[in-house]
Amino acid sequence: MNPLIECNDIWKIYRVGDMEVQALRGLSLTIEQGEFVAIMGSSGSGKSTLMNILGCLDQPTKGYYRLNGVEVENLRRDQLAEIRNQQIGFVFQSFNLIPRTSALENAQLPLFYRGLSLKEQRAKAAAALQRVGLSGREHHYPTQLSGGQQQRVAIARALVTAPSLLLADEPTGNLDTQSSREIMAILEGLNREGITVILVTHEVDVAAYAHREIVIKDGQVLTDRPTKTRTQTVGV
Amino acid sequence: MSAFIWLTVITALRILGRNRLRAGLTMLGIVIGVAAVIAMVGIGEGAKRAVQAQIATMGTNVIIVFPGFTSASGVRGSQGTAITLTVSDALDLKKRVPLLVDTGWSRRDVMQIVNGNRNWNSPVNGVSPSYLTIRDWSFSSGGPFTQTDLDSAARVALIGQTIVDNLFDPGEEPVGAIIRLKNVPFRVIGVLSPKGQSAQGSDQDDVIFIPFTTAERKVFGTSFIGSVGAMFASTDQAEDLPVAVEQMREVLRARHRLQGEQADDFTIKTQVDIGRVQEGTSQTLTIMLFSIASVSLLVGGIGIMNILLVSVTERTKEIGVRMAVGAKRRHIVMQFLIEAMTLSLLGGALGIVLGVVGAKLTTIVAGWPTVISSDVIVVAFLFSLAVGLFFGLYPANKAARLNPIDALRYE
Repeated sequence: MNPLIECNDIWKIYRVGDMEVQALRGLSLTIEQGEFVAIMGSSGSGKSTLMNILGCLDQPTKGYYRLNGVEVENLRRDQLAEIRNQQIGFVFQSFNLIPRTSALENAQLPLFYRGLSLKEQRAKAAAALQRVGLSGREHHYPTQLSGGQQQRVAIARALVTAPSLLLADEPTGNLDTQSSREIMAILEGLNREGITVILVTHEVDVAAYAHREIVIKDGQVLTDRPTKTRTQTVGV
Repeated sequence: MSAFIWLTVITALRILGRNRLRAGLTMLGIVIGVAAVIAMVGIGEGAKRAVQAQIATMGTNVIIVFPGFTSASGVRGSQGTAITLTVSDALDLKKRVPLLVDTGWSRRDVMQIVNGNRNWNSPVNGVSPSYLTIRDWSFSSGGPFTQTDLDSAARVALIGQTIVDNLFDPGEEPVGAIIRLKNVPFRVIGVLSPKGQSAQGSDQDDVIFIPFTTAERKVFGTSFIGSVGAMFASTDQAEDLPVAVEQMREVLRARHRLQGEQADDFTIKTQVDIGRVQEGTSQTLTIMLFSIASVSLLVGGIGIMNILLVSVTERTKEIGVRMAVGAKRRHIVMQFLIEAMTLSLLGGALGIVLGVVGAKLTTIVAGWPTVISSDVIVVAFLFSLAVGLFFGLYPANKAARLNPIDALRYE
């Protein structure tokens, strides 16, 4: 079986005026199906660029990236959108829910672009909300939900399409400790069900939930090692 | 896809509902534009129908021949001042132009009409009996005079409703009464059915008809017996009018001994010519309407475009999220186009309602006839749809071209 993610010598070069910024410099990375990976790194290390590329929001300047065996770098915008819709779930630091739109409709959003019937969309979104423990709050607006609850809606939105990859960019960055734990527990549970989770964080105790920790520096992989067994860290 | 469109429409309505004031102000341009068009076209159409109805009161397929002008030492008199047309011209035309159903003639003069101690000044027309049929005069009481009356120069008169109103008491029976024209007693034998205003605005019912022969011998004191003020003819079919006119011209030119280069000493007009003048007026009106409509629809469209551009900026992050979860370019384009069209269609619908109400109010308040045709409503609706589509395209494309990463990062 193919690895889920295969990055080989990828470069990302931006041009800002006359300056050339090398955000990624020949980074190679392989992630298997079902892994739980934490990507760490200081700001400017290139980890955001890497996340964008892994999430098919951006394409590498050089090198190749295969997601589930599909080479992504030559795809057109709409094809990338299709891959994001089919295979990837995003969880953002600032939740990025659509304002003044109910939890259910937010969770429905990816299915909206799949052309499913309204009934199917609603059923799947309701199931996803139930999965993150938000049954009964389907018709709440984001402003009526706490930060933790909003992030759970965002997770429901990410998993409503049953993606093979879940990308979480600082998912606990805006949350208190209690909510952070709940969110991480949910991500952990999803990983246990077989979804590959990639987590970007700079909090060590959040990274500790993962099984593998990759540190990025200057656009390259600095270290790549398994984390200590989680059982030791859970409950810190 | 249909679920997508349906949901997008609902979403668009919700977004517009949230900013009711903004949406309302944005729609205003379209509302006013469409309302103005509907109301003005309604009024214009009403006026056109009224004019057509007035023209129809002239009779059916009528041809009118006026004599030319006099010319004394190069000073030209007004049209109809010459005495070039005669009764025998009319009779000869009927014989020699088979397309003509009939020909009639008239001569008029304004004079005092007296009934007992009342008097009234009115145009008195000496006419042939055929004139009455050509001009479609009918009677509310009594009946027309006949060829015998013409031959014997009988002192009989037909009077219009305005004359009845001014010379008789309400309830008094005019038929059988004796009225006097220049002290000559006439027996009223018929009252004409009212025709209302003519296309030129004169009162067609302020009229009195007496036999032509009676008029020229006993009332007008004409020096040229047999000369007529105007000649009338009619054809069966409207299509025959141009040919009939041409043939009449040839006959008249021959009778008047006009040589090749010489100008006609008469003028022939048909009902169609008179209608055409009116049509020209309403066409000018229509062109003006359309320019007003296009300007206001343009302004309305720009308003929609403006508000959508604001909306795209405001919702950049939302667009980023939508793209991240798999919205393709066309999904984003559709979303904003549907929003634009929802705005313009709502505006159009409101404008239609407002326009129809406005037209009806005009009828009630000003008493102008208005006609609202379903065509105008359909066109207005399609136009507002097109405005939404056209002015929504740019903002929608702008939204769809956003880079998802930048859009997501936008604060």
